Amino acid sequence: MPHYQLDHLTALEHEAIHVLREMAAERERPCLLFSGGKDSIVLLRLAEKAFRPARFPFPVMHVDTGHNFPEVIEFRDRRVRELQERLVVASVEDSIRRGRVVDPKGPRASRNRLQTTTLLDAIEEQRFDALIGGARRDEERARAKERIFSHRDEFGQWDPKNQRPELWSLYNTRLKQGEHFRVFPISNWTELDVWQYVKRERLELPSIYYSHERSVFARDGMLYAAAECVERLPSETPFREVVRFRTVGDMTCTGAVRSRAATIEDVIAEVAASRQTERGATRADDRATEAAMEDRKKEGYF
Amino acid sequence: MSAPGTFMAMESGAELLRFSTCGSVDDGKSTLIGRLLYDTKSIFEDQLAHVEDVSRRRGDEYTNLALLTDGLRAEREQGITIDVAYRYFATPRRKFIIADTPGHIQYTRNMVTGASTANLAIVLVDARQGVVEQTRRHALITSLLRIPHIVFAINKMDLVGWDEGVFRKIEAELRGFAARMDVADVSFIPLSALHGDNVVERSDKGPWYKGPALLHQLEHVHIASDRNLIDVRFPVQWVVRPQAKDHHDYRGYAGQVAGGVLKVGDEVVVLPSGFGSRIARLENFDGPLDEAFAPMSVTVHLADDVDVSRGDMLCRPANRPVVGQDLDAMVCWMGDLPLTPKNRYALKHTTRNVRALVQGIEYRLDVNTGHREQGVAKLERNDLGRITLRTTAPIFYDEYRRNRTTGSFILIDESTNGTVAAGMLLSEPR
Ligand SMILES: Nc1nc2c(ncn2[C@@H]2O[C@H](COP(=O)(O)OP(=O)(O)O)[C@@H](O)[C@H]2O)c(=O)[nH]1
Repeated sequence: MPHYQLDHLTALEHEAIHVLREMAAERERPCLLFSGGKDSIVLLRLAEKAFRPARFPFPVMHVDTGHNFPEVIEFRDRRVRELQERLVVASVEDSIRRGRVVDPKGPRASRNRLQTTTLLDAIEEQRFDALIGGARRDEERARAKERIFSHRDEFGQWDPKNQRPELWSLYNTRLKQGEHFRVFPISNWTELDVWQYVKRERLELPSIYYSHERSVFARDGMLYAAAECVERLPSETPFREVVRFRTVGDMTCTGAVRSRAATIEDVIAEVAASRQTERGATRADDRATEAAMEDRKKEGYF
Repeated sequence: MSAPGTFMAMESGAELLRFSTCGSVDDGKSTLIGRLLYDTKSIFEDQLAHVEDVSRRRGDEYTNLALLTDGLRAEREQGITIDVAYRYFATPRRKFIIADTPGHIQYTRNMVTGASTANLAIVLVDARQGVVEQTRRHALITSLLRIPHIVFAINKMDLVGWDEGVFRKIEAELRGFAARMDVADVSFIPLSALHGDNVVERSDKGPWYKGPALLHQLEHVHIASDRNLIDVRFPVQWVVRPQAKDHHDYRGYAGQVAGGVLKVGDEVVVLPSGFGSRIARLENFDGPLDEAFAPMSVTVHLADDVDVSRGDMLCRPANRPVVGQDLDAMVCWMGDLPLTPKNRYALKHTTRNVRALVQGIEYRLDVNTGHREQGVAKLERNDLGRITLRTTAPIFYDEYRRNRTTGSFILIDESTNGTVAAGMLLSEPR
């Protein structure tokens, strides 16, 4: 590197820190959305970089469907304890109990979509005005135009045709009553940047990101964890397989890939390889490609 | 998106280059971006499959790479890009962020937005049309926003038989224009986005062209000296004061360096108070630092117990920004309602929020001809013009041409909260 020049990861990191501090300075009740996934683990590190040695000027919030991987819940609790930060859990089960949403039943049921109601209720109850999320613009086409400070109206909706222009690094953080922002400090990061950062910062990830043996079943060409909360059809017999997960969402809709990638280096190499598959390749390759698609869809969930 | 082929090579850490692209409808901007993404292997299998499928169904002769960059549905249906979209690709040397902006005059504000953070601009020219009004507009906006490097991509060379004369004529005309616009670095590349000539690889078509392919230019353009490393400017963004026993006396000023190089031991002055002190420590989460430069986010500790808060600025005693309330600025108007004298707005400059009253409009700039129209009563959306403002409190600024961070501001309409103007500060106050 020439003198007085930052490498791209550092430049992205410093931009993200600036965004977090700007939000903390100009919004009254922010909160950091933590899913237990790699993007939100990166956000926690960036928050440490922005605010330590002080505490975060916001709590960490997890929207828990009740169908999360136990490994992820364990990781969440431990990580937040280590950081000595405050955790708010917004529970989908609570929303169901209170009659806000109806729990879908049957083999293909998923609580994934119920999360939106739980989240919006939590925003209203806690009067949050800025939610830090780990979405990235490279995830899907519509997101390519989303702002770093992305405005939400009083119904929590994004109006892509009426966004505020974002100039230089000057963020307009003004809101009216009942509105809020989704703030995306890693908007300009790609999936590769995130993995490189996880490696550079030696960030621990939930164990399910790495290869392990577990009981799974096949559905629509994907592998799913055989768990109590995931109802199977009679034909869907579980079997043991060495797999890993590329995202950590709700168990009912998070597919596994067959993988022997046990370290961060293995994972980076594997993600790289799966992108290089030619079309019309073997089924195994197809599956990897599908998993990549899943990756991007889910991580943009918030 | 990340280039799979360069995944491993990228790990060593490459530089970041932000560039914007502008062109008129049908100049081939989408095709060019699609080509850059495709030829650098930055496309995921599923995206490509989708584009191939759509192209086939539409009966296109070629796989329409322009489809790779289509955005929101409504825009897709109209077949034009109407907002700034950001795209990503990487090579072993650099990681690129593209601000893809529309070219039509009614979207000048989008172009300004995309240009505000760019190190480089690609301006597309259709070789068959030559330099048209829109080309001049794109070049003018690029120069006003002080993008340090402009690449004129003379596209569709295949349709003029790679005729050197056509290229040279366009080049000569734009060189003259760029000289008048005071653009530091311009280059000209003949190419065919559709066929990929001179985009990623040098092509053997047009052997008279001796320069690099577009990607090579993007990878090698020298951007290190574009930043201001002379004038120390540190807008205080956030005061770190842990409420904990073991950090009882800790008081750090966090922010992003906006100019110059801060060094431990340097004498500094705090604006607006004018108190002097010394940099006792510089640090970030990873530990102490000897120095810090733009755009690093760092924490500064001062030797003395002076009162410093968000919105203040640290600088060197002998090199201070302008401290002023009467501002002279070039603005791009973005509001639905026009700008007129006597209007009041919120003004955000670095980490400082003040209010501003519009004193007057000096002139409106005709973005197609560069002509300065005096005596106008208002600026409409997408107009550019020079105005004077009076703020409720002083701001600490530099001329935009000297520092794009301390020289820029936004105006916000306090009734709608909309961002209504991008402003670039000029010279000394009158
Ligand atoms: N022959 C030729 N056609 C091109 C070239 N680049 C773009 N086109 C065509 O020009 C038309 C407009 O291109 P598009 O990329 O959609 O333009 P945009 O409106 O600037 O994004 C399409 O039909 C392209 O196939 C080129 O280099 N040569």
